[in-house]
Amino acid sequence: MSFREVCLKIHEYQAKKILGDFGVPVPEGVVCSTVEEVSAAAARLTSGGTPVAVKAQIHAGGRGKGGGIKLAKDSGEAAEAASRILGSALVTPQTGPSGQLVGKVLVERGAQIAGELYAGLLLDRSSRMDVFMVSTEGGMEIEQVAAEAPEKIHKVYIDPVVGIKPFQARQLAYKLDLPAGAAKEAAKVFFSLYQAYHQRDASLAEINPLVITADGRVVALDAKMNFDDNALFRQPGVAAMRDPAEEDPLEREANEFGLNYIKLEGNVGCMVNGAGLAMATMDIIKQAGGEPANFLDVGGGANVESIGNGFRIICKDPNVGAVLINIFGGIVRCDRVARGVVEALESLDTEVPVVVRLQGTNAEEGKKIIEQAELGFQWADTFREAAEKAVAAASGGKGGGR
Amino acid sequence: MSILVSSRTKLLVQGITGGEGSFHTRQMLEYGTRVVAGVTPGKGGEKFEGKVPVFDTVADAVRETGADTSVIFVPAPFAADAIMEAADSGLGLVVCITEGIPTLDMLQVVRYLENRETTLVGPNCPGVITPGQCKIGIMPGFIHTPGRVGVVSRSGTLTYEAVWQLSERGIGQSTCMGIGGDPVVGTTHLDALRMFNEDPDTGAVLMIGEIGGTAEEKAAEFVREKMDKPVVAFIAGRTAPPGRRMGHAGAIISGGVGTAQSKIEALRDCGVSVAESPAEIGQAVAAVL
Repeated sequence: MSFREVCLKIHEYQAKKILGDFGVPVPEGVVCSTVEEVSAAAARLTSGGTPVAVKAQIHAGGRGKGGGIKLAKDSGEAAEAASRILGSALVTPQTGPSGQLVGKVLVERGAQIAGELYAGLLLDRSSRMDVFMVSTEGGMEIEQVAAEAPEKIHKVYIDPVVGIKPFQARQLAYKLDLPAGAAKEAAKVFFSLYQAYHQRDASLAEINPLVITADGRVVALDAKMNFDDNALFRQPGVAAMRDPAEEDPLEREANEFGLNYIKLEGNVGCMVNGAGLAMATMDIIKQAGGEPANFLDVGGGANVESIGNGFRIICKDPNVGAVLINIFGGIVRCDRVARGVVEALESLDTEVPVVVRLQGTNAEEGKKIIEQAELGFQWADTFREAAEKAVAAASGGKGGGR
Repeated sequence: MSILVSSRTKLLVQGITGGEGSFHTRQMLEYGTRVVAGVTPGKGGEKFEGKVPVFDTVADAVRETGADTSVIFVPAPFAADAIMEAADSGLGLVVCITEGIPTLDMLQVVRYLENRETTLVGPNCPGVITPGQCKIGIMPGFIHTPGRVGVVSRSGTLTYEAVWQLSERGIGQSTCMGIGGDPVVGTTHLDALRMFNEDPDTGAVLMIGEIGGTAEEKAAEFVREKMDKPVVAFIAGRTAPPGRRMGHAGAIISGGVGTAQSKIEALRDCGVSVAESPAEIGQAVAAVL
């Protein structure tokens, strides 16, 4: 069985394309990869005297704070802004310290803003309904509004089997104290936003801010959509929007091998079969005083290929000081898993200390195979012992060997 | 008599001729499960392993064999349809092993099952086993021992680990149920606790949860208000970073909801004994018996 990685995220310009196709008004804009393209686009978009926004296209939020969104009066200013943004590593509160390389900017015609709203949609797991949230506090993070002024968030629950009905869109729109014309427009936008979310198998759709313009139009100034990866087989257009440059290179490589790997900050690499056991292994490493370097699920029936690929990926992370292999041998018995570990690792010629714990069926035979392999593996009988040995080995100690 | 499945269960396998389906059907037969039929559209009339009749539709299989339970191994794009087909034939229990079913499909399934008699376990789960009687799913049968502890869990191998710790200590299990790691599942922790509470053969319950959602918190409230048997829990994912899916589609901390810490506190507040470490699950169960 394959295990899947994080849900698919797309760029603002891609989300706006989808929303626009479903009838949500979006600003006129052009996505550009070079300063020349920006200059030409800005010349056209500013010809009526309106300014443009030059917006870095990365997945992380907080782009404005990181200097990734600039207003420009004319093509010269737009080109200048683009020359600083394109090709730079943009650091925002959500990117981490090394930032995210900007390969594209969106050049958009500006709008006269009279008001800013929030509109968002996601699944409410406990009611098994889609929850549609709107607020007058556009431009703020919805989590912050929820914490500080929850009364300003209005919710409507939508049965995903029935879909949104126009009255529900009106219920949302008339909570927002809008001028009559704008309320009607907002209801239309909410209806269309739901169609896009629902028909494209999104797991999240958010417009923040949704602006009311001085002339009474309702426009999605920003847009964010995430998608259910389990549904990508029937959403080829969405699947094609994946941007590999946004993914951690090791996570991308693991994904190509059908492995579920998430890079973390610690130094104890771990390779486990099953997501729950993998999480529990990270937890026990922490309890033993270490920090996990990764989450890695090699799949229910760990085999030579998945173990070999998983091990190579773990060891490409320079922080890794030791690797803990924790595999529960069920239907695939421990002796077979042990042979898989030995076969996969003897060809890799690695210096990294390896601690192996195999539990379940035929664990004793597994232990013999691991110890007789003379590859310097440390064997651990218990879950706790495995974590303690791996933590000690990663910090350069003797590894708690006997 | 344990919950959901027993030696009287008559099982049909949807997707019996596929790779996973045929492998695990052999394992289930070996364990002693009464596999009475298989369903693969287009292969009606064949016999699996020379003995289990294969039908084109679930309706045919039920009519001819009296099957009362189904296990599903069909690929994700077709699995929701398979669940609804099983429910349409009036089966009492459907266990869906398939991983990767779109959330939207599952929302339809859940709605389809309302007002029907069918209980769904899963999807994306290891299945249900009543040790010594009936194994439905992909769990290794031989790690289980008959006994009085009910086990319910969102994960696979972590459950095997916990069951192994129990069996090693001589603590047997009444029924072990994997409910699956997806955001939308048929049977929740709460449903499982209700069933175990009413089962005279279950004396205590082990509940294994993980980050994401609020299913464990809801189950905790039930423990406080209704449960008259001891409940032990373990929650995986204390070290999981927010915003990342840890393998299971449902295992994600979002908007500050679903952290391990908040679940552990909610469970303790409701009188559930929570194991600190995954190495101490067996010990924690032994302490309440």
